Order: sequence, then C-alpha cells, then structure tokens
Amino acid sequence: MVANNKSDRTAILNAIRQHEVSDVELPDLNADWIEYDSPLEQFVQSLESVGGRVVRLESLDQLGQELEKLDSFATAKVRCSLVAGQGSPTFELNQVDDPHDLEDIDFALLSAELGVAENGAVWMTDDGVRHRAVFFIAQHLGVLLSASQIVSNLHQAYQRLESSTAFGLFMSGPSKTADIEQSLVIGAHGARSLTLFLLP
Amino acid sequence: MHAIEHAKEAKEFIESRGRATWHDSALWFVRAKRDKAAQSLPEWEILRETASQIKQHTASRLADYLEKFEANATRLGATVHWAATADEHNRIVMEILQKHGAKKVVKSKSMLTEECHLNPDLEAAGIEVVDTDLGERIVQLRQEPPSHIVLPAIHIKKAEVGEVFHQHLGTDAGADDPDYLTEAARQHLREKFCAADAGITGVNFAVAETGEFVVCTNEGNADLGTSLPPVHIACMGIEKLIPRQKDLGVFLRLLARSATGQPITTYSSHFRGPRSGCELHIILVDNGRSSILGREDFRRSLNCIRCGACMNTCPVYRRSGGHSYGTTVPGPIGSILAPARDPGQHHSLPFACSLCGSCTDVCPVKIDLHHQLLTMRGEVKKAGHLPALKRWGMWAMGIVLRRNWLYGFLGSVGRKLLPLIPRPLIYNRMNMWGRQRELPQTPAKSFRQLYRERYGRK
Amino acid sequence: MQVGLFIPCYIDQLYPQVGMATVEILERLQIDIRFCEAQICCGQPMANTGCNDDAAPLARDFLKNFADDQYVVSPSGSCVAMVRHHYDHLLPDNADLPALKSKTFELCEFLTDVVQVEQFDHAFPHQVGLHQSCHGLRELRMGSCSERVEPAFSKVRQLLAKLDGIRFSELRRQDECCGFGGTFAVNEESVSCLMGLDRIADHESAGTEVLTAADMSCLMHLQGLIRRQKKNMKVMHVAEILAGYPAE
Ligand code: SF4
Repeated sequence: MVANNKSDRTAILNAIRQHEVSDVELPDLNADWIEYDSPLEQFVQSLESVGGRVVRLESLDQLGQELEKLDSFATAKVRCSLVAGQGSPTFELNQVDDPHDLEDIDFALLSAELGVAENGAVWMTDDGVRHRAVFFIAQHLGVLLSASQIVSNLHQAYQRLESSTAFGLFMSGPSKTADIEQSLVIGAHGARSLTLFLLP
Repeated sequence: MHAIEHAKEAKEFIESRGRATWHDSALWFVRAKRDKAAQSLPEWEILRETASQIKQHTASRLADYLEKFEANATRLGATVHWAATADEHNRIVMEILQKHGAKKVVKSKSMLTEECHLNPDLEAAGIEVVDTDLGERIVQLRQEPPSHIVLPAIHIKKAEVGEVFHQHLGTDAGADDPDYLTEAARQHLREKFCAADAGITGVNFAVAETGEFVVCTNEGNADLGTSLPPVHIACMGIEKLIPRQKDLGVFLRLLARSATGQPITTYSSHFRGPRSGCELHIILVDNGRSSILGREDFRRSLNCIRCGACMNTCPVYRRSGGHSYGTTVPGPIGSILAPARDPGQHHSLPFACSLCGSCTDVCPVKIDLHHQLLTMRGEVKKAGHLPALKRWGMWAMGIVLRRNWLYGFLGSVGRKLLPLIPRPLIYNRMNMWGRQRELPQTPAKSFRQLYRERYGRK
Repeated sequence: MQVGLFIPCYIDQLYPQVGMATVEILERLQIDIRFCEAQICCGQPMANTGCNDDAAPLARDFLKNFADDQYVVSPSGSCVAMVRHHYDHLLPDNADLPALKSKTFELCEFLTDVVQVEQFDHAFPHQVGLHQSCHGLRELRMGSCSERVEPAFSKVRQLLAKLDGIRFSELRRQDECCGFGGTFAVNEESVSCLMGLDRIADHESAGTEVLTAADMSCLMHLQGLIRRQKKNMKVMHVAEILAGYPAE
C-alpha cells in the first residue's frame, strides 16, 4: 500500500539531505563483551533477580510432574501449550480465530529458542503461533529452554537470531511495574509469574 | 502562551509543595540502581562509545537509511507514512482510525504522541484514548502531563494514586498499597485492552536493514495493546533509526540499565510486519528533528534514546520536578530540545543548570549535554531572549573586568564599605544571594595588595 | 621551572589568603613565580551566561598576559576548565591558543602531574570532607566520577592523603554538585541553596570537621550557607591545607 502523503516524504528527505553531516564510520561490534565462566549459572541468577523462577529438569519426561507442583498450573482452569504433547492444554491455540478468546488463559506453556545470561531474557517468536497475544495475556507462564541454548550476552544472541518471523521478543521474567512510588510490583499487564524449565 | 520561568516553578515545588527532598531521594535511588547495573559490565564505556558512533553514523546518512527502512518495512507488509509536523502526524493517525471506524484506542508509552499532543485531538473527534502504562494512566486520570519520560508518575505519592483510583476505578477509600492499586489498574486496563479497536505505540528502535522495529516495556502494555485489536499504529521520530539488527544488542544493553538499573526491560518486542489479517502503520515524524540535524552544536541531541538517566542524575531536576520545565521532555535533554525549537518560549531552561556535567557522563549515548546547554545559552542571548538585567549586568562586568584601575577601585571601595553598611540594607529582598546565605567576609586587602607588599612589583 | 600565577577575580578580592597559600606552596617547591598585575578574570561569568561577545575580550587579555610563562597555574578548577575547554569557542582559530591550553593547570593537577610532589612535611590532624568540584572532576578529570565505569582515583585526595594525621569523610553521595554554578546561584536561588544544604547535611552526618575543595567558588556558596545556619564546620580551600595553614 502506498502512503498518500508524498509531499511530506519529499519535504523530510530534502530537509535532511540539505545538511552536510560529517561522516562517522559505522563501528564493527567486535569488542571484548562480557563472557561468563558459567553462562548457565549467570542466566539463572539474572532470571531470579528479575522475578523469574527456574526449575531444572533432567529430561523432558519430568516436565509434567514439575508442572503439577506449580500452584499456578495445578489450579489453572484454562491452559494452553506450545510444546507438543506437554502442558495438558484445555484447548488448541491455533484453532482459535479471535485472540480475544484467549482472555481467560490461566496458564500457558511456551518454548524458547535462546536464553541470555547477562539479563535472564529468553527469545521467543510467533513461528507456528497463531496469536502472539498468548505471550502476554496468560496469567502465568511456563517456558521451556534448553541449557545448551544459553549465550553470555546480547551480542551473541543477535548473531544467532534469524529474522524470518513476523514477531519475536526477548522476555525477561514476569511483567512488572514500579510506577507507584518506585515500589516493585510483579504482575502489571502481562504474566504474574514466569517459571523457566531448564532442560540439560 | 507565557514563557516558562523554570526558577519560579522550581521555587514553588521546593517551598510551597515541600516535595523536593522526597522527589530527590526517589530519583537518586534510581540513579544508584543504574550505577550498580553499569558497574556490572566492565565494557560499559566501550558500549557507550559504540552506541554514540552508531547514532552519529546513522545521522550522517539519515535520508538513505529512512528510505531503506521504508522499503523493508513495506516489504514486510507495513504501511509507512511520513509526517513533517505534529499536526500532520495527528491527521494521519485520525485518518487511519476513522477508516476503521475505531472508537476506542489503547496507547502505550510514546513520548512522541505526547509531543504531538495527540490525545486532545483524538478526544475532540470522539475517540476514547487510554494510556496503558500504569504511570501514564495515573497522570492521565489526574489530567496532567507526565513529569518524567520513563517514570511518568514519579512526582505523585501513593496516597494520591489511591485517591485518584478511588475516584475513577472504585478502589477502597484511603487504600494506598501499591500491590492493591496495581492489581486494580490491571483489571481496569485489561477491559480496555480487550475492548480496543486499535493500538498505538511508540518505537524505541527501528532497523533500516530489516524494516523491523522494537518496543520496550516492563508492563507488557505495548504488547497486549497490539496483539488484540486489528490495527497497530507505531509512531516514531526519524531519529529512532539504527542501521543493523545487531546494533540492537548495543542499545538494548544500555537502555534499561541506564533507565532503571534493570539488565533489560521485561519485554523487548520485535515487530516485523502486521499480524495476519491485520494492519500495521508506521508513521515517521520529523517535527523539527531535521532542523536540529543541521545544527552542528546540537546534532548529537538526536542520539537520545529517551532512557531518562540524565533526569535521574540531574541535581536540579531531582529538586524541581519534571513539571517545572513545562515541556514534554524535561531535564537536561529537554532543556536542549525545547529551546532548539522555540528559544523564546523556553529561554530559561538552559539556565536551569549548574553545569555540573553529571548528565554528560551518565548518558548512554554520550551526548555532551552540559556543553550543549552552555552553547544554548549563547543561542538564547543571540536570539535576544536573555533578560535585560542579566544582559547588561554581564556587559558591565565585562567593562570592569578589563580595566584594572576601575576593578581595583571598585574592589577596594567595596571591601571597605561593605562591613559598614547596616545588615538589613545588605540583606534586602533584592539580594538573592543573601536570602539563605551569608555574603563572604570582606578581607582588608586584596591578594594583589598582599603580594605587592611581600614581593614588590615583579 | 617557571609559573605564571592566575588568581581569579573573586579570590583576589575576597579570599586573598587562598592566593597567598598557592604562592607559598609553589615557593617551597622552588618554583619561579610571576604574578602579572594586568590579569583580572578569565571571562567565565559572561561565557556561562551566554554572553560570549563580552567574554571574548577577556580571553584575549588572558592569552596576552600569560604569553611568556612556562606554565600557568590557578587555584581554581573552573577557571582552568574555562581556558582548556571553552576558549576554543571564544577565540576560534587562534594560533596561540593550543599552547596556552596545554600549559595551563589547576593547582592540584600541577602538583600531581607536573611537579609530582611526593610529600609535605606538615600534619593536618582533622577529619576532612572533600567536596569534588564538578569542573575539576568532569571537565579536568582530576578524579574518577561516580557515573563512569573507571578505576577510582582523585588527585586532590591523593595530595591531601600525604598529610600526617588527616582523615577523610566517606559521603553518601561522593560527587554531587554543591549548587553554586555561577549565576545559577542567584538565578535559581531555591534549587541552588537546597543543593548546598543537602551537601552540607551529607558532610555533617559523615563527621566532616573541615570542608575543602579545589574551587573556592563552591566553598563560598557552601560557607555562606554554613554561616547562616551557624553550623560548626570549618571551610578551607585545599591550597590553604596544603600550605600548612592551621584549621584554628
Ligand atoms: S540525553 Fe542521554 S541520558 Fe538523557 S534521556 Fe537521552 S539518552 Fe538518556
């Protein structure tokens, strides 16, 4: 679709081009960025410091029983899952037409591609996910991540990303706010809790 | 509109409202968290320098990058609009909303839409617009502007939040527990998210090589606000552009650490085209930016990633409150951006600064803020907006300080007379120095007299 | 070694003992001193108010007055910062400016970097609160500052630490501005004074007996507040302490 305000486009581009702006080279990003002795331990520490919880699994088989131990999962009436065969979903996300119907999700089980040690963030995309709302609308989240997919810093993370999906995000812990007198409150608009299940 | 007198507003904040110390401590707390986060990365200073170079590089070929971004974003299915002015921006937003018959809009933290005064325009057209960031919702309900770009309600006490929520959201009278109030806001805003016909967001970074853009929040409001309704309008200043996706690594590492001391915001969402069956509009806004680009002394102010760190560290901002600046963006960076646009209206802002330089050292993209503020003082003077007393005072001082005989004469007369004048005459209403401070005790002799006595003239 | 002394106008008129202390320190180091009587002011008050046209002639005077000196030394960080960082604006393309800039030093800088003083032979048995004046810190980089990630150091503190018996106050905010800021002090009187009072409170609770700094202008402001509040805190310029003046 072509935007209709052609004249503003030309005006802005001309206004910019009329200025001589001295050239500065685009830096390569090959500095000595921080690398942790144990990215895994740092990741756990970072995630816990932003309000997330970490549960270490020995294998995927354990996931079911660990989920059952979570109050937020056990008491959830509406559940959905993006991990095939796991998370005992009460409905199939991709069968839903209108994202507004996700309003009542109590627990969603998600799967992350990548974890970043320096900030506890996980990378997720809407690859095969019909409604990205699921990342934000569920009351509680479980996220599955493989420990082998943890990198030290964000530069390494971007090196590994492939940007073919319409949506991707780094999520670091549950949603939070400190807008009332700087008191940290977990559970602003998004998830009230985030439990990360770490596969070896 | 009257020109804003920062000093007057600041005095009001300090003396009549008595909040300065409380406000100062709240922001110092944020600055201290930022320090800790910065110290956790040995490469912090390299990161700042890298970010600064990326931004300066982008500025040096901004038009090319904008075209590239437009082409890539369009390829991904977004519609790109261009707005030279705030009015044009608002008109475009309105047109999109009207096309969809949208009556209810949710908006997330976008200083740009504040700058363009979008809300009043939408409301006048009968469109309900709800700010969904908790802090912004609080100030919106109180019908006042944000006082900080990252912490919009930092000037408000929790009891006051309780009051306004009691009035509008029906929370218990007198309740001021942040957990309780936040929960009430969550319920209230969930309804708004679910009922919205369109979502408007700002943009933190837009990537030329891919056409994607990134929005950072802690609450998840931008994300909820754009994943339910069928229309997403993203409004961005043309300076938000960066060349490569990997540059995001640099900026996301700096942004949250500088802003709140978090290692990254909870959500850093990368938008690459619309949801299937939905529309994504991106509005590129100039509104004075291209003219700042042409002013070498102030160009680097366009590096700004709106982290708010210069506000948190500014000893004046902390004690005078964001509203004392009378601008959308307050504090050091606002005191450059506003007078760059309108020196008459905002002439007092570059002087609301002790030139301590803390902002320059804290800024994650290395804007030479305090030097720009000093340069801006010269611009204000050149444009004829310096108050006469100051202008002629400095002129007279310049005369005296170049004439040794006059300087020596006035100095010795002053030193002799001052101790003889009765105190009430010296400490009068006009003596701003002496309102809370004693004047220096005057010595009998000047340094040059003492030196001459000891060594003769050499 | 020869030094042209720059004693800024307000020190000349109001704090002559700070100038004399500077002379005595340099003298003891066998440095040849010249005080050119034609000097008055570096032009900072005008430049900081945006009145560059009024400041430029003073910058030209400065250049002329110190043309023949090997070094220029001043007990005022902000005046030195003016010369080093802002004369470029006032005297664009001046061929003599680079030489002036590279030979002009703040006193403590000069003692540390040029003379490389190793010891002082007097004691100062007091608890000293060091106010890190902003221009010394963030323009001249005479110390590390809390905003940056860098190894900690302070040229002023390192010099003072050479005095026997000296103790230092550890502050809650190690390098916040005192609120002087030149015309800012009267322009923004409310904010300026609150900033100063906050600094003083920090020093009080840290147990400061003697408040010192490398810039007399900050101290003039702080001392004005201290005297009005009738607080029991002594104020001395760092040159006075280094010259061996007593705290009484
Ligand atoms: S000027 Fe620098 S410190 Fe201030 S908001 Fe912008 S990026 Fe942050």
